[in-house]
Amino acid sequence: MSGNINERRVISVVVMNESSVLARVTALFAGRGYNIESLTVAPIPESDMSHITIATKGNAKVMEQITKQLHKLIPVYKVIEHEEMVEKEMVLIKFPIAENLSDIQALCKAYNGGIVNVGKEMVIAQVADEPKRIKHFIEAAHRYNPCEIVRGGVVAIER
Amino acid sequence: MQMSGAQMVCEAIIAEGVKTVFGYPGGAIMHVYDEIYKQNGFEHILNRHEQAAVHAADGYARATGKVGVAMVTSGPGFTNAVTGLATAYMDSIPMVVISGQVPLSLIGTDGFQEIDAVGISRPCTKHNFLVRSLEELPRILKEAFYIARSGRPGPVLVDVPKDITVEIGEFSYPDSVNIPSYKPTYKGNKRQIEKAVEAIKKAKKPLLYIGGGVVLSNAYKLVRQLAETTQIPAVETLMARGVMGAKNPLLLGMLGMHGNYASNMAMSETDLVISLGARFDDRVTGKLSEFAKYADIIHVDIDPANIAKLVDVDYPIVGDITQVLEQMLPLLDDVNTERYHAWREILKRYDELHPQSYVDSDEVIKPQWAIERIGELIGEDAIITSDVGQHQMWAAQHYPFDRPRQWINSGGLGTMGFGFPAAIGAKRAFPEKTVINVTGDGSILMNMQELVTAAEYKTPVINMILNNHFLGMVRQWQTFFYEKRYSETDLSFQPNWKALAEACGGIGYDVTTKEEFDAAIKDAIEQDKVCFMNVAVNRFENVLPMVPAGGALFNMMLPQKTETHGEEK
Ligand SMILES: Cc1ncc(C[n+]2csc(CCOP(=O)(O)OP(=O)(O)O)c2C)c(N)n1
Repeated sequence: MSGNINERRVISVVVMNESSVLARVTALFAGRGYNIESLTVAPIPESDMSHITIATKGNAKVMEQITKQLHKLIPVYKVIEHEEMVEKEMVLIKFPIAENLSDIQALCKAYNGGIVNVGKEMVIAQVADEPKRIKHFIEAAHRYNPCEIVRGGVVAIER
Repeated sequence: MQMSGAQMVCEAIIAEGVKTVFGYPGGAIMHVYDEIYKQNGFEHILNRHEQAAVHAADGYARATGKVGVAMVTSGPGFTNAVTGLATAYMDSIPMVVISGQVPLSLIGTDGFQEIDAVGISRPCTKHNFLVRSLEELPRILKEAFYIARSGRPGPVLVDVPKDITVEIGEFSYPDSVNIPSYKPTYKGNKRQIEKAVEAIKKAKKPLLYIGGGVVLSNAYKLVRQLAETTQIPAVETLMARGVMGAKNPLLLGMLGMHGNYASNMAMSETDLVISLGARFDDRVTGKLSEFAKYADIIHVDIDPANIAKLVDVDYPIVGDITQVLEQMLPLLDDVNTERYHAWREILKRYDELHPQSYVDSDEVIKPQWAIERIGELIGEDAIITSDVGQHQMWAAQHYPFDRPRQWINSGGLGTMGFGFPAAIGAKRAFPEKTVINVTGDGSILMNMQELVTAAEYKTPVINMILNNHFLGMVRQWQTFFYEKRYSETDLSFQPNWKALAEACGGIGYDVTTKEEFDAAIKDAIEQDKVCFMNVAVNRFENVLPMVPAGGALFNMMLPQKTETHGEEK
């Protein structure tokens, strides 16, 4: 790992499901003035644990401390600093119905998604892809005057 | 067995073998206090402030090595306890604090005396619990004690809502704990230990760097054995005083900001640091880039997060000091102790050049003399606690500490007001020992209400106030770094210490000469009452040597060899 201050990092934290465990985890970042870029949490099926995925930026030395400190928290079962991983992020975008729907459909398809809801005035598209590609997709989608964009945060799994 | 939540709390304390609990009641914890009234499995000491109750539990824990227990009510009771928790947290002291909380139905409503105890204490506890049902209470209590004392010890908070303390349910205290996510490592990695041993055998100027972890791990005999078999010299941190024993020829003394010349030079010139339970605190290392610049580092610590936190480490070993040394010692049987002879000679010369010294006086009591004198008079038999300031450093430098747990002070947080209640805790644990709190005229006032506690419970602690009519340590920095602008550090206005002690059920001594000093100590021990021994000391004495904050360890301000009594006499 390089010493680059602003290197992007993705960490998975497996925790026991108990109250305020998320607060304990995020407090470690806040306590060191680190910004969490995205955070996703959900229970791990058929267990009493949850999987937290944290995307952040920081230098290797501080990240190492955060990882060790995370590990010290009593309810933390495992900390994975991802290096070889598959990452996905989801985004929902709302477009005015007057936009070129077939263009939007084609764009979404190129990014592994499609239109998932059509209303009187709006259509909603959904895309799930790698975070970098999500960024590109959102840039491209701007041509069609989106009125709302909701990103879902990264989930990652080690290869 | 069927019982109330309050009874369960008491039963758990008894099951854990705790003999003394310190605390202060209030609405949210009243049911528990009602049960305390009915039982006789442990004694309860009513301190006169929650901070003091937690420090007293802390002092009890530091003196005995067992878990200390304090009990407080919700809201202000809990917030008063926070400094105590933070103090224990910074020094890794095993402790369980039980706080009352408003009933479950009121949590989150800003109810009377409600405060988010779990939220507030998160950064200053090893772990904390908000109990949310009676069923989980026994398990949580068991886990709290286990977490407090295992791995790297620390304080644990159990916040119990009032309605849970009245509810009745089935109680069976678990025999064992199973927390899948918490498995401390005790044994060191074999391969790493072998490598470290190789490094020791190859080194020319190795140095044992002994920290508070050795005390916590009760590893002092093994550490002395390590020094003995290898003949490697040793330095101690503030928290480790007593580990090697003052008379040990291999001990150079304390290192760091107020460390002695030989210790700091040893650290600056060593080629192999063997760090045992020390955490490279900035008060120890000085300027990091100059710290042990020529050395490889072996770092043994039970907390992986401590290793390589501040310095790069060549031989990291995660484990309990006791177990790691048991693994290590047999591999060092054949070490060639002659190899380090030249190194020991160099250090001996450093020590002769600038020994830990001060210039005594016939006109005025020097604080260093007072410390040495109690060492001579009571020495090995006493437990010494301290507050924070110059007096703390003089005690650490000049008292002949002979064993670990003899020296009790707030190292990591540096909490003024710690010493007196901690002394009460230590004295409850060891009533037969003389317990002296070395304190300052600033610090003692921060928990002086404990005079009443000590008097009521016949806990004769000697408070030796090294009275310089200053917030001395801050004044010292003002002298050196703020051109003597003594902003808000002059304590010329003083209480009548003797009267104050007497008003609270103790006794007082005003001491201005060496003869009075000896007489007061003798009388205090005989009278067997809590006391204030107000010792007038030289006002402008400075703690030396001193490494200015952020400076390199080898750039020390050294004591003058001629009498000055402080420049401003
Ligand atoms: C609770 C708290 N407040 C403030 C400080 C900062 N502080 C450190 S040493 C000191 C002076 C202590 O004075 P005194 O107790 O008289 O001891 P002396 O240094 O004179 O021996 C102060 C104010 C502290 N450590 N703790």
